[in-house]
Amino acid sequence: MGRFRANLMVCAGSGCVATKSLKVKEAFEEELQKRGLEKEIDVVLTGCNGFCAQGPIITVHPDEIFYEKIQVEDVPYLVEEHFIKGRPVEKFMYKEPTEKITIPSMHEIPFFKHQVLRVLRNKGIIDPEKIEDYITRDGYLASAKAVTAMTPEEIIKVVKDSGIRGRGGAGFPTGVKWESCARMVSDQKYMCCNGDEGDPGAFMDRSIMEADPHAVIEGMIIGAKAIGATKGYIYVRAEYPLAVHRLQLAIDAATEAGLLGKNILNSGFDFDLEIYQGAGAFVCGESTALMFSIEGRRGMPRLTPPRSTEAGLWGKPTVLNNVETLAAIPQIILNGADWFKSLGTEKSTGTKVFSLTGAINNTGLVEVPMGMTIRQIVYDIGGGVPGARRGRKFKAVQMGGPSGGCIPESLIDTPVTFEDIQKTGAIMGSGGMVFMDNSNCMVGMAKFFLEFTTDESCGKCPPCRVGTKIMLDKLSDLTEGRGKEGDIEILEELSYDIIEGSLCGLGQSAPNPVLTTIQYFRDEYESHIKDKWCKVGVCRKLTTFFINEKVCTGCGACMRACPSKAIIGEKKKPHRIIQEVCIQCRTCYDTCRFQSIIIGPADYKGDPMALLKE
Amino acid sequence: MPRLTIDDLKKIKEEHKATFAVREGGCRAKITVHMGTCGIAAGARTIMTALMDEMAKADVKDVIVTTSGCAGLCSREPMATVEIAGSPPVKYVELNEKKIKEIFDEHILKGNVVEKYAMVVGSETTY
Repeated sequence: MGRFRANLMVCAGSGCVATKSLKVKEAFEEELQKRGLEKEIDVVLTGCNGFCAQGPIITVHPDEIFYEKIQVEDVPYLVEEHFIKGRPVEKFMYKEPTEKITIPSMHEIPFFKHQVLRVLRNKGIIDPEKIEDYITRDGYLASAKAVTAMTPEEIIKVVKDSGIRGRGGAGFPTGVKWESCARMVSDQKYMCCNGDEGDPGAFMDRSIMEADPHAVIEGMIIGAKAIGATKGYIYVRAEYPLAVHRLQLAIDAATEAGLLGKNILNSGFDFDLEIYQGAGAFVCGESTALMFSIEGRRGMPRLTPPRSTEAGLWGKPTVLNNVETLAAIPQIILNGADWFKSLGTEKSTGTKVFSLTGAINNTGLVEVPMGMTIRQIVYDIGGGVPGARRGRKFKAVQMGGPSGGCIPESLIDTPVTFEDIQKTGAIMGSGGMVFMDNSNCMVGMAKFFLEFTTDESCGKCPPCRVGTKIMLDKLSDLTEGRGKEGDIEILEELSYDIIEGSLCGLGQSAPNPVLTTIQYFRDEYESHIKDKWCKVGVCRKLTTFFINEKVCTGCGACMRACPSKAIIGEKKKPHRIIQEVCIQCRTCYDTCRFQSIIIGPADYKGDPMALLKE
Repeated sequence: MPRLTIDDLKKIKEEHKATFAVREGGCRAKITVHMGTCGIAAGARTIMTALMDEMAKADVKDVIVTTSGCAGLCSREPMATVEIAGSPPVKYVELNEKKIKEIFDEHILKGNVVEKYAMVVGSETTY
């Protein structure tokens, strides 16, 4: 085998592939060949690096230089400078957003520095399509140990002692789940993986499946041995083609190597694994619905008990674990329960992967110890809120997707653990964090998530099917100026009815975004109803836009940006908005660098300056 | 791939260790070939190629080779800096294929500084 002096890691997660990282990879190979460096520099495709906002991402080892947003046309220059002359190219390196300081080394960039990688330990280091890479990083040693040298009781004890709880949302202790299934006597049991990640703004599981598919498979082998299953399914939504592709390659490679399938490592233990592609219905992430879907039936939840661990797939005892939970298992087997518990809090052990989206500088995928505060995630890792100079600041974070709730700025020091998040009214969920700044309307946000759950309700229980629709109609009324006194109370009452009357988690959690926004932002609901005023200017029918003549510099930026040409004025003199022409699109507000746009209530005829006092 | 045993897993790990030493960092020794314009003109490429050959032949897994720009002493190129973890870096000057092979054997593999080719031990002070 030839030796390479440097490895050039090209991120091939879905985010970077979308920004043409595969073309960049080809360009590198071509350029290196042209320069006669193809035997010295190896180009490797990796899974998601996590820093999706800066893609396509390239890291160079051993120098550990981190390049961002590399395009095909940058390649020849980069090869010449970095690989021929040995001068890392500063202009392609990461720049700290507020100070604009260039940070060459990956480990010094705050986004990476504050993370602890356990589940994502192989991200950016291995080629997910090569089993040898995974094996070199201690891959399949844990499953080998579990299959050849451990009893099911021993495996369950380690997992129970580690305190790991399901990463899919509910936080049920994994060891307890395995134990209750192991106790069942049956001719057939199933070990399944839930990769039906459907929350808007969540991409943790997809990234794990893409970056380290073998870790998920290895976790499943260990689980299968623990519960006595010989057959398993990975349920992945068909919208994740790259994850499906890499999982299939991984299953084939592991089976060929005798690490999966019949007589694993000549131990006599069999475990066959198959991928089942779901059609993308949100409700199929619910365990009983998911199992019906695999059986070929309509994906609708059923009443529990019996739990899936007693009667799941085809009525047989079945364990269903989340992708991230399974990917954490091999390390727990190798390093022990105490190692896992050494991070996190007493009741929420280990690390958790989160996807950061929305109003945050560093959009991407991160792994942090449980118990880190939201503030640390927002400012240390997330790099704060974009547009700080235009007065944008953190307002709230929606955790747990449409099933979760929002956590306001006043609770920003809440530690991220299952218990603490639940106390705020939100849920940990699978780890999607959608950030909002002070230009987001919370009523509109609640409406967005309700639209999602209304669409995705399977229709089995009327409280969910009909109730969410009525709630959505009420929220539409509120955002379009038809809100009435008493609407907030109706929303609250309906919420409790839906929670009480629904069978599964979808209905039981659908009202959460509404309840938490009412709890923390009741004043916004009230101003929508009483004053017909959306103070952040999102709900078009509840706003009038003005220019603060004392602040306006007459730069003309808003005038150029206005799509309906409603702004007039001379250069360097305060501009004015013609109300008859204005369509309340808020473009001027987003464009103005001097915060001179005043947002008033619908059809406001008074003095705009009086609004500033409010 | 044929069916594996647990020993095979360990063997694969051992075989690929060198590649991962490059990616994970944590190597025992690092050789920097100075490849500024002056270095390249003086023949740094042959030094690099020779070094890569030696690395492959010796099958070392904990040594990395990298490049850097001009070291500022253009008249004495080709140059290379050898750093062994825990000891100060040593700069070698006016290298050729034979010299770098000798340095590789003596300094990298056996840990003895080849004084006859060395210019200086240590680095410039940087602030």
